[in-house]
This record gives sequence, C-alpha cells and structure tokens, in this order.
Amino acid sequence: MLRYIFKKLLLAVPVLLGITLIDYLLMSAAGSPLDMLAGPRITQSAIAVKAAKLGLSRPIWEQYILWLQQVLQGNLGYSYKSYQPVAQLIGSHVAPTLLLMGVSLLVGLLLAIPSGIYSAVHRYQKRDYAIVAVSFLGSSIPSFFMALLLIFLFTVRLGWLPSGGMATAGTGGNFWDVAQHMIMPVTVLSFSIAGSNIRYIRSAVLEILETDYLRTATAKGIGRFLVINRHALRNALLPIITVIGMQIPVLFGGAVIVEQLFSWPGLGLLTMNAIIGRDYPVVMGVCLLSGVVVLASNLLTDVAYAMADPTIRY
Amino acid sequence: MRNAMNQQAFQRFRRHKAAMVCLLILTIIVLTALFAPLITPYSPVKISGGFSAPPDASHWLGTDQIGRDMFSRLLYAVRISLMVGALATGISTLVGVLLGLIAGYLGGWVDRALMGFTDMVMSFPYILLILVAAAIFEPGLWSIILILGFVDWPGVARLVRGNVLSLKETNFIKGDIAAGMPRRFILFSEILPNTIAPVLIYATSVFAVSILDEAALSFLGMGVQPPTPSLGNILNGAESISILTGKPWLWLPAGILIMTLVVCINFIGDALRDAMDPRNG
Repeated sequence: MLRYIFKKLLLAVPVLLGITLIDYLLMSAAGSPLDMLAGPRITQSAIAVKAAKLGLSRPIWEQYILWLQQVLQGNLGYSYKSYQPVAQLIGSHVAPTLLLMGVSLLVGLLLAIPSGIYSAVHRYQKRDYAIVAVSFLGSSIPSFFMALLLIFLFTVRLGWLPSGGMATAGTGGNFWDVAQHMIMPVTVLSFSIAGSNIRYIRSAVLEILETDYLRTATAKGIGRFLVINRHALRNALLPIITVIGMQIPVLFGGAVIVEQLFSWPGLGLLTMNAIIGRDYPVVMGVCLLSGVVVLASNLLTDVAYAMADPTIRY
Repeated sequence: MRNAMNQQAFQRFRRHKAAMVCLLILTIIVLTALFAPLITPYSPVKISGGFSAPPDASHWLGTDQIGRDMFSRLLYAVRISLMVGALATGISTLVGVLLGLIAGYLGGWVDRALMGFTDMVMSFPYILLILVAAAIFEPGLWSIILILGFVDWPGVARLVRGNVLSLKETNFIKGDIAAGMPRRFILFSEILPNTIAPVLIYATSVFAVSILDEAALSFLGMGVQPPTPSLGNILNGAESISILTGKPWLWLPAGILIMTLVVCINFIGDALRDAMDPRNG
C-alpha cells in the first residue's frame, strides 16, 4: 500500500509539470497582460519598462523556467493587478470555496445516495421513474438558469434570501447570516450533483441486487431490511466512493459559474477575474492548485477503495 | 442476424415511453429551428417593434431591449445551439475514436503516452480549461465549436481504447491477424464497426453537455457574440435586475428551451443505452 502511494506520488510530478506547461503555453498564446494597460494615458516606454520588470520581455520558455524555479522555492509570484502575493490571494479565497463545495457535496450526496438506492430497490415502479426523471432534470438544468430562477423567486418575489455575497455588509458574518447567503448557491450545486449521481448509484445498486450472494441472503429469509442495509449497502460503498472522487474536480470547476452569479468571494470569482484581466501568476497558481487537488482526490479514492474492499491489493 | 438484432433494439427503444415523447419534442424543436425563416416573418437581428414590448399577437414572445422579435431570436438561437452541439460532438468523437483506436491497437509506449496525455487533460477542471481557452481565442461561434470539440474527447478515447483491448482478445480479430489481414482493414473494417454502438450512446451525452457548455460560456459573455442570438447570450440579459424582475419574456423561454433540449437528448441517450445493452436497466 505505502509503495503504491509512493509510486502514485512520483507519477504525479510529470503530470503536474505537464499541466502547468500546457497552461503557460495557452496563456502566452492569449496575449500579453500589458495589452490591458495600453491606452492614451500610458507611453510606449513605460510599457517597455513594465514588461522588463515583470520579465515579460524574455522568451516564453525562459519565463516558464523562471516561474517553475519560483514555485519550487515555495513562491507562487505576485499578482500583476493587485501586487499581492498569489499564495496570499489564494489563501484568502480558498476558505469560502471550500465551505461552499463541502456543504454542497454533503447535501448532494445525502440526496443522491438514499434516492439512488431507493430507486434501484423499487425498480420499474412509479417512484423509480419519478426519481430518475428528477435526476435527469438535475443534470440537465443549466446552473446559471437555476440560479436566476432562485434569485427571481426568493430574492425578488418573496424577499426571503439575499441575492449574493457571503455576509451582509457590516455584520461581520455570523453563522445565520452566512447560512442564509449559502442556501441558494448550495441548492444549485447540490441539485446538479444529485442529478448526475442518482442514476449512477441506481445502476450500481441494481447490479449488486442481481448477484448470487444477495439472492442467498434473500433466500435465507433475513428480511428485506437486513438484505438491503447490511448486504447490499456495504457492497454499494465502492461505487459511492468512486462517485465522490469524481465529483471533486467537477465541483472545483462548477463553482466558477455559481460563485460568479452569487458573487461568492471564493476561488471561482478570483479565477474568473484573473482570466479576464490576464493576470497570469494568479491563473497559474489556481491551475496548479486545482491540478494538485484533482490528483490528490484520485489518490484518496484509490486508498479509500482499498480500505473498503479487502480483495483489492496494490 | 444483424438485422434481427437491430430490430429487437428498435423495439426495446420504442417501449421507452419517455424517450418516445422526447424524440417527438426534439423533432418538433429541430424542425421549427430548421424552417425558422418560413415560420417567423421577422429577422432575428433587425428591429421590428417597440423596445421591450410584452408578448402580443404580432410578437408572440414580445421584443427585446432594442425591439427585435424574441420568438424569431429564440428559433435562430436554437439553430446555433444545435449546430454548436453537433459540430463539437463530431469533432470530439472523431478525435477520441482515432486516439482510442491507435492507443488500444498499438499498445506499448504509444498507448502509455496517449493515455498519459488523456489523463492529464481529464485531470484538469473542465470549466477552467474551457474558460482559459475561451479567453485566448477571439470569442465567437467557431472558436466555441473548436474549443468544445477539442476539450471533450478524453472520455471517448478511453471508451474506445477499452473496447479495442477487449476486441483484440476475440477470436475473429485473432483470426484476422493470423490470416495476415492488413492493419488498416482490421482497425477500420473489423474493430471500428463493433465499437460504434457505445460511442454513439456516449456521443448523445457529449451532445447534451456541449449545448450546456455553449450556453454557460455565452452567458458569461465568452461564447457566441451578439447580435448573433444564442440561448446562452439571450439569458445573459437577465443579469440586469430590471429584466430579471420585470420582463420574464426576455429570459424565461430561453432557459426553458435549453432545459427541454438537454433533458430530451439525455432521455433519448438513456433509451438507446437500454435498447442496445439490455442487461442494464
């Protein structure tokens, strides 16, 4: 097991290098961040000075090597816009995103797992069709449209919930205030998580229900409750772990649009502004972070797999 | 025998009532979009009425902020969405099938390199990749199609590679190899036809996802640019609070249309899966 983890960690290094290299090349193709400065108020020579200062006058591969050296020393660079260290920027935006993602993942799975199992157990009955239809709706409704509907309903019409931000200005954000601000973004994210996973869990449980050991358990006459909750659930754990592992990168990206709509002060908002403003160091920092998160969640999935299923040996 | 199998699959598909309804709805939407110039007298980009007029007899869904007919804008927007979806799916399926075939059949270091690259693209947060790509190229119809096309292929590549690996173990392919058939014949005339069904099923979900992604990008202002109408950039207007609150005809129909399109495509894909692989319910 330890050897397997070590091997995976070693393999992650070239993958991360590849990801950052692709990012860097893409971004350089996007154009210089100095274009954003250009205007009647700035002279050509001032731009040249700026370019030299930021190291943008060097060839691309040299810029990439410099960036890499910095990163290896634990320095993610400085934002072109606010001149703050990127690590600090990410640090101050990561907590709201983690909060939003964590709660949404939890709510989404709490919805998806029971309904997936319920739907599988009641296969081909009306309630099964109803759950499957709702799950199709969940994976088909664009998150921004659902967000607009919710804002229209709960903020504009009913006036129950705040439309955006994380806390009411001036209150400093106590628990209830933040919770109120979270209801709509969490609803949007968890509905789409539930939607895309119910069918997956349903078909995984269906497969288990057809196995011989479950037929044996049923034949023993221990009752439906025990059959499902003891024998079937335990074996359904594996596909559920896979689902959680798959959700993390999706969530990381999906938060971008939701944060934008609800002005949630998280990484998504930071990334979107950095992309639009061509703030390379910030975009590179976020891409590196997301690559690490995705690879780490893949590794954790593998480890959890081995723990849940004693027949898997690495 | 093949024919009998297809007929059976078709019958199983027809038994899927929701999918049949969806097929009907989708056909109607596609036909109205295709024949848009015959159905609506108004141009989607020309001013034909008052500013933000509510729906009435001459403008069924009202007019937008500068007086263009919303109904005809919606019809032309569906055209754009379907075109983006179809072309992006076509490109990604083509790329994925080719890479999957090569990786699965050749094996060895080619396989390892291609799959390593596939994993790398897959371990990238999807929206982030699309957004970065969209920021690079001039936003517009064709760049959206190309971006979505070249981002969506890893799933298909993995699927095809897996199928090729298992097909290589079957007797008829082993027989081909033993008989000294040319590699191109084995790949394209023997292996490819046997992996078409799962690829088609997968393609329906890519089609649905592409439509959603186009809408999201255009909504954020990084996709199809006005005046060309797209379902996403029509919804973009609802970010302004006066439209969101007072003029629902400017955003509600577009959102409902996207949802209907994607739900229908997903249901049809699901029915296809049931029909072609009866073991999974």
